[in-house]
Amino acid sequence: MAKIVAGIGSSHVPNVGPAYDAKKFDEPDWKPLFDGYRPVKQWLKEQIKPESVIVIYNDHGSDFALDRVPTFAIGVSDEYEQADEGHGLRPLPLVKGDPELSWFLAKELIYDEFDITICQEMKLDHGLMVPLPLLFSHQPDWDVKVIPLVVNVIQHPLPTARRCFKLGQAIRKAVEAFPKNTRIAIVGTGGMSHQLHGERFGHIDSKFDELWLTLIETEPEKLANMSHIEIMKNAGAEAVELIMWLVMRGAMAPAVKKTHVNYYAPMTTGMGLIAMVDL
Amino acid sequence: MSEDNRKGAEGETDATNAPQMSDWGIPGTYVFDHSRSRVGYALNKLAHSLTDKRNRELFRADEDTYMAKYKLTDSQRDAIHRRDWLRLIKDCGGNIYYVYKIGAAVGDGLYQMGAQMRGESFEDFLKTRNARGAR
Repeated sequence: MAKIVAGIGSSHVPNVGPAYDAKKFDEPDWKPLFDGYRPVKQWLKEQIKPESVIVIYNDHGSDFALDRVPTFAIGVSDEYEQADEGHGLRPLPLVKGDPELSWFLAKELIYDEFDITICQEMKLDHGLMVPLPLLFSHQPDWDVKVIPLVVNVIQHPLPTARRCFKLGQAIRKAVEAFPKNTRIAIVGTGGMSHQLHGERFGHIDSKFDELWLTLIETEPEKLANMSHIEIMKNAGAEAVELIMWLVMRGAMAPAVKKTHVNYYAPMTTGMGLIAMVDL
Repeated sequence: MSEDNRKGAEGETDATNAPQMSDWGIPGTYVFDHSRSRVGYALNKLAHSLTDKRNRELFRADEDTYMAKYKLTDSQRDAIHRRDWLRLIKDCGGNIYYVYKIGAAVGDGLYQMGAQMRGESFEDFLKTRNARGAR
């Protein structure tokens, strides 16, 4: 029986990618961010040792377009290329998939009435590619296999926060039914507060973010009750991505223990990081 | 719970089916819903095509010829010409993640686009940030 061994919430701000590639770890304006990830990466490698990771993220019009917008989609490939978002590709190896687990999850989720779209080809954009190297080693190759799970948080109507939480609960059931003893981490990406369009561009609400970081551990039900408009009004229109953290949290036990937390809001996004294990 | 989620969009498309942008009641915010996605479909499709390097080169070489391949409205073409990012989002149905790819192709980064949408110079915008070096 497979097991969820860690749950992580992480922002996926695109500019972090080039800063990581240029190793700006100790530049004063970047250091508070990278210092937050370093102990989590080490903890995952030395103590948690996941073999596969389910990454909940959204595509930003990089691979998916608006001709078809799946509400939930899962990748089932052996490997994944990066998406070109307009600047070419980052110097990172191909992402390794876990098709056996991916297909198993797809089957279990669909029979559990989560009618997820199954993708044999999927290019990964910054939603996944920014947090992945912050959390896992990639030299010379990735030390973890990836199950990419995409949520539509771009074109409304979006799935509700509650639906995302329930999807997480269904993922946990599916993982526990997987016949191998695989150690699986799950990462919910996106947010925190930010708005990237309109005259309200640059809106941040650090109080909202701090509250979210608290409640995601202790009272996720409260977050699952939030409407999109409530999140957008407080934390910015693009902050609605935070509902993806609830997929991760739903896949954890009702009671969890936070092991790491970090928060930094330098430019236009509250960049949060939290790591948790089941109690 | 879904009631609350539905409550968001005031000003749904009216019964005549005329394209009419919804207003979610958040100042300076243009939520990307059906009303914008309908109007902006061709614009966002053009923007998405710029994820291909060859298309970026074609677009940069001759924007008009490139735009002619997509059924843009006059207003959308004009807003691209003027690099009017706010209008592309607010009035033309552009989604920021798509419109960003047009910006990237012509050399405007997200923060430059954002400063313009706020009606500020880039330098003034940077002054409002906590740590401007993190970009």
